[in-house]
Amino acid sequence: MAIIEISCVEVWREISNYLDGEISAELRERMAAHFKVCAHCTAVLEGTQNVVGLVGDGRLFQVPDGFSKRLYKKIFNR
Amino acid sequence: MTELRIPASEAGLIERARRGDREAFYELLRPCERMVYATALSVLKNPADAEEVSQEAVLKAFTGLKSFRAEARFSTWLVQITYNEARMRLRKARPHLYESLDGHSEDGDGNISPRDFADWQPIPSELLEKEEIRQAVHDAINSLSPAYREVLVLRDLQHLSIKETMTILGISETSVKTRLHRARLQLRDALAPGLDGCWVRGEPYRKVRAW
Repeated sequence: MAIIEISCVEVWREISNYLDGEISAELRERMAAHFKVCAHCTAVLEGTQNVVGLVGDGRLFQVPDGFSKRLYKKIFNR
Repeated sequence: MTELRIPASEAGLIERARRGDREAFYELLRPCERMVYATALSVLKNPADAEEVSQEAVLKAFTGLKSFRAEARFSTWLVQITYNEARMRLRKARPHLYESLDGHSEDGDGNISPRDFADWQPIPSELLEKEEIRQAVHDAINSLSPAYREVLVLRDLQHLSIKETMTILGISETSVKTRLHRARLQLRDALAPGLDGCWVRGEPYRKVRAW
């Protein structure tokens, strides 16, 4: 069955849900077909995926040294 | 509503902590420490304030554990308390900033047009070893409006589910999705200047583009 085309604007609106798997199989298929032929939307997808990966990377952010120890003291000394 | 499955070990620790067992409470807390601090920091943007509020939130959780009804996971409940404490602190210290936290008018259906960076080159995650790259990502996150930043921090930094995010922030599923979507696209725009190649070479970022 032919895939119904989807516009760039519609793709942008759903890019985040696409990454999270929060869309129907039918829409996923239409978007995947669009990415194959649209360099701009693919760049938006890859860029978004990239920043999501950076934000979720454990190295981005550390609790300060001694944080846990100070918390422990706080609980026991109150 | 699907039944919430709390691990037996967590339930046991909660029971002991309710009876005043501080060791049990600390054990419960350990896996959530990073989450608590990240939450406070995302609201207050200041490490010293974030630590102080984390401590206050944890103490509040300890004394309020009797009211914990296990309708949510302990971590979700704790993050919710931390948010409330952090927002209260912000409201007291900087009331002019706090107003924008309640801005729920941003969930309209207005479409976002992502900037055209057709030649996006990924920022390699290994570069997060470098302080200046971490700082650039933090600055980009901090440049988001509070309503967007909160959702991004819970979903993408802390890897919480849509449902947990809804519970903590008290917003609808649609709001979680819309705000996350906008946050991610804005973050991409904010980090896009790195496209000039400086990220890849691992040098400190030099602004060469107009934006």
